[in-house]
Amino acid sequence: MSGNHPHGSALSETDLRVRALETLLVDKGYVDPAALDALIETYEHKIGPHNGARVVARAWSDAAFRERLRTDATAAIGEFGYSGRQGEHMIALFDEPGVHHMVVCTLCSCYPWPVLGLPPSWYKSAPYRSRAVIDPKGVLADFGVTLPEGCEVRVYDSTAELRYLVVPMRPPGTEGWSEERLATLVTRDAMIGTGLALDPAAVEGAR
Amino acid sequence: MNGGQDLGGMQGFGPIRPDPQEPLWHDDWEPRVLALTLAMGATGAWNIDQSRHARESLPPGQYLTSTYYRIWLEGMERLLLERGLVTREELADGVVRAPALPLPRRLTAEAVPRVVAAGTPADRPEPGPARFAPGDRVRAKTMHPSGHTRLPRYVRGRFGTVVAVHGAHVYPETHATRSGDPSPRWLYTVRFEARELWGEDTTAAVVHVDAWEPYLEPVVAESGR
Repeated sequence: MSGNHPHGSALSETDLRVRALETLLVDKGYVDPAALDALIETYEHKIGPHNGARVVARAWSDAAFRERLRTDATAAIGEFGYSGRQGEHMIALFDEPGVHHMVVCTLCSCYPWPVLGLPPSWYKSAPYRSRAVIDPKGVLADFGVTLPEGCEVRVYDSTAELRYLVVPMRPPGTEGWSEERLATLVTRDAMIGTGLALDPAAVEGAR
Repeated sequence: MNGGQDLGGMQGFGPIRPDPQEPLWHDDWEPRVLALTLAMGATGAWNIDQSRHARESLPPGQYLTSTYYRIWLEGMERLLLERGLVTREELADGVVRAPALPLPRRLTAEAVPRVVAAGTPADRPEPGPARFAPGDRVRAKTMHPSGHTRLPRYVRGRFGTVVAVHGAHVYPETHATRSGDPSPRWLYTVRFEARELWGEDTTAAVVHVDAWEPYLEPVVAESGR
């Protein structure tokens, strides 16, 4: 298989173990091998942070949608066809001047899959899960983000089956932008709260 | 349980190292573990809280030094063994020796889009009137159950304020037991002032936790803070 084994033989051993497990579960008839491929295809190509970026872009440009997102985020996100596993009960958190939100799951790795896809490694790691609830500004510093003086951080620990999506503030200088163009400014980290929406000047300048 | 999973407020893990170029998978076996976990979950052999409990039951030293998909693998093997769905010998080489046990469902490729889009909602009919309303002062219970709980240690015994009521949701404590009893309970979002949790040693303003009704005690105005 792949030569991408950063920890050497320990992972090769895991490779063998997983292959034995998969063979066993398929041969026992518990799982359909085609279903495994379909699941991987779903999370590799169909579901990812581009989904959430579209939701945020619409919340920035459509006041009625923003209100629906505020009152029933599951239904509002469902308007895009994004629903289901690990997004059954969605709540949107709206950043505003002086208020920044950050989402974590200290107990495992709960994450809003339908809008953000699978979580990055750091989201599931001990450094993030331990620190977000006590030192979110220190976390932001690790991401190179400094909030304006006096901006408070409100942390949400996803301890139940509610899943949180941060709606970052719309950057200035984007008046008249289409939803599609706005979505290019919405990063995954901004929707978790470890980043901010991109500066349009930086994005446009990079083109 | 006070296992290796309950990380909020622990110190010494070092900085977070975000990698903007991080690939979705770090090894070929990771997507297989993800897919096997989801496909086995869809069979109804166990529920999500039983699955979480299997993972957090790993010894803390092992939990804290394993990657997340490795934790999933360990948890899945544990559940399969506990339920007699596989034997240790079978896990060792992947060769079937014991007959398969019947399971409620089998996920087919055709059903994947529908099953993913439907998810597994956790809301249920309410068991009775809610004990708390937004604005109520509450105290998170001091408790240390040896089984599964979703009340993190860092809020236990602390005072907070109910800020949202979410109806009744499947209750993790009972849902994670072998019976899988969903026993729905009212679910609330509780806001804690960060200083109530951490004293001066915090850069947060407030921390919110979603807490089921049995996790919370009322605070009467006279003795409240």
